[in-house]
Amino acid sequence: MRKKSLIWLLVLVVGCFMLLAGCGSDDKDAGDIKAGFICLHDENSTYDLNFINGAKEACENLGVDYEIKTNIPEGQECYDAAAELVDAGCGIIFADSFGHEDYMIQAAKDFPDVQFCHSTGTKAHTEGVENYHNAFASIYQGRYLAGVAAGMKLNEMIENGDIKADEAKIGYVGAFTYAEVKSGYTSFFLGARSECKTATMEVTFTGSWYDETAEKEAANKLMDRDCVLISQHADSMGAPTACEKRGVPDVSYNGSTEESCPNTFIISSRIDWAPYYEYAITAAGNGEAIDTDWTGTLETGSVQITDLGGKAPAEGTADRLKEVEEALKSGDTQVFDTSSFTVKGKELDSYKADVDTDPKYKPDTEVIKDGYFHESEYRSAPYFDLDIDGIKLLDTAF
Amino acid sequence: MDKNKSPLIHITKRSDIPWQRAWLIRLFALVLAFVVCAIVTTLLTGLDPLSVYQSMFDGAFGSERKVWILGKELAILLCVSLGLTPAFKMKFWNLGGEGQVLIGALATAAVMLYLGERLPGPLLMIVMFIGAVGAGAIWAAIPAFFKARWNTNETLFTLMMNYVAIQLVAFFVIVWEVPKGSGKVGVINQTSMAGWLPTIGGQKYLLIILVVAVITVAMHIYLKYSKHGYEISVVGESVNTARYVGIKTGKVIVRTLLVSGAICGLAGWLMVAGSDHTITTTLAGGRGFLGIMVSWLAQFSPFAMIATSFLLTFMARGASEISTAFQLNHSFADIMTGIILFFVIGCEFFIHYKVHFRTKEGKEIVDHV
Repeated sequence: MRKKSLIWLLVLVVGCFMLLAGCGSDDKDAGDIKAGFICLHDENSTYDLNFINGAKEACENLGVDYEIKTNIPEGQECYDAAAELVDAGCGIIFADSFGHEDYMIQAAKDFPDVQFCHSTGTKAHTEGVENYHNAFASIYQGRYLAGVAAGMKLNEMIENGDIKADEAKIGYVGAFTYAEVKSGYTSFFLGARSECKTATMEVTFTGSWYDETAEKEAANKLMDRDCVLISQHADSMGAPTACEKRGVPDVSYNGSTEESCPNTFIISSRIDWAPYYEYAITAAGNGEAIDTDWTGTLETGSVQITDLGGKAPAEGTADRLKEVEEALKSGDTQVFDTSSFTVKGKELDSYKADVDTDPKYKPDTEVIKDGYFHESEYRSAPYFDLDIDGIKLLDTAF
Repeated sequence: MDKNKSPLIHITKRSDIPWQRAWLIRLFALVLAFVVCAIVTTLLTGLDPLSVYQSMFDGAFGSERKVWILGKELAILLCVSLGLTPAFKMKFWNLGGEGQVLIGALATAAVMLYLGERLPGPLLMIVMFIGAVGAGAIWAAIPAFFKARWNTNETLFTLMMNYVAIQLVAFFVIVWEVPKGSGKVGVINQTSMAGWLPTIGGQKYLLIILVVAVITVAMHIYLKYSKHGYEISVVGESVNTARYVGIKTGKVIVRTLLVSGAICGLAGWLMVAGSDHTITTTLAGGRGFLGIMVSWLAQFSPFAMIATSFLLTFMARGASEISTAFQLNHSFADIMTGIILFFVIGCEFFIHYKVHFRTKEGKEIVDHV
């Protein structure tokens, strides 16, 4: 008797599965796969929150099961977390922090049947591990757009007589002197200067990706040095709140700070990870290959700018941003157009960047072609590390 | 005695308590802690506390891999605690465990980076070991020497040495960073695996556990049966007594801290060569301070420290599982850990002291917890 009912149950279960498989025949079907996510911090960090939101959105859109591990340091814990996710039945595992990379590679070698995807990493294209992949987005385009909004604000301040044309100095709070940060502030600056020709910039570094106090102090220091507009590449609310307190307009990162800084918030750019997660999970679920390096763009919806602030932005910013966005999408405007910047007084026609990560930082790939610096093309993570004229670096030895 | 003047509650020191009774009190405290945690869980999250506990248990023992990870974490915490123990038994407040671990780790990483490709495997391992143990020993001996010679305050001195170690590591991370500007060293010798501790029987962490097991037994013998161990307890009880019986206290202080720092440095070696294979400023992860609690809770007994470090590791592993399974913030797990530690540490009071209540008849009721 018991045996019979068991068989019936089995038939029923198998039937259900077949039915489900039959139903999900649209192109978004990710099959029967579970996704795992490894995050450096939890939702209290804007950086990780951005990933967690992307993960939840992608998995709910695809209807796949998922597990998120938060507060995983950049050490052996990352390998352990990845291995535990494999044990929990995950077929694809993502990690969000730069320092997770080597441990993800290690896990990818040990579990060849599982796909490992690492955001912001640099090694997938040289490591030769088939189930290990990198992803990033052309966030320099988002930064450029945010820069355009900043440049228009500077112009407005000049027109109103708040500052003189040669006082249009931007302050920027950076984390490390790393290519990702350099690419970010340079594209932001070039966007600003495309609007306000007299704009200059000073950058200070905190030596940490997340240090609220240091970021606040850095922003205050820049304002003391007569910077009239602030932006940042660091993950806390330190700089935006310092700006709000002193009424200095601010362009933030990773998400809108309108709520806590209503008087000074102009705009923010961020990467939306959901498109990548959907792409990779679907590919893994269907047994298809995942790109070794995947770079999200404005078209894929990976590069996002937030809504403009209610008070701070200059008039006409929204319309101008639409124009520039179209020009970026069509390729008419290139962010790193070599005619728009100089290095030590000279326009560049050739530059070898360190695209293949090695301990000697050996420049290996020619990245200037067709009149612009090809960012995020030879690998997804940024490698623009030029120090262009007009930007002054403070405290590089944090 | 004038009964009218006796206070409502008064406390006396217990001279001795049978060990069964002491463990009964501890067990009772633990049960009470879990009951309070259950109430807090239900009130704050509305979750079924039993399923939360189940998930905690799964986090620590849910799979073979989880058991190994628990074993490794326990071993490393225990190793740091064993290092701190001789110093604390001597009542030398070594708050510098964090720095001693880090400096050992730094030495290990340096040898792996500079000599990894040049020396044959076994020799490399020996150089790494000596480097780590030596660096840790020196790091601890510096404040000990100042204490012995000029009676400087070791609490502040050892604490400050942590910051020096952290800054040194921060400096070398910038020197060794890959890629440029990233502030990360990454896994050292990932392809050649030069200087990595070998896996035994396919188990990455087995060697770490075995090494710490050996140190545990050795520390037990050292403290209980050696002349050094005896001198440590005498100096710990009273420096003047020690002097009176002819112990050279300065020498004992420096020697003990050499041992203490060496074992902390060895923990750094285990972490870099055996587990993480990298160096960061946060590598020690607070174990230098957590180890103090492990050591004190176990009253400096190496074998009891296995139990106390198990408790703390179990809580940490369980806590991270709760936050994954129920998508609760880590802070909630920290609250639970806090409650449990409060009871566990608090119950030591009832083991060492008796509480007496005044009654109307003037008789005393002795609290029977």
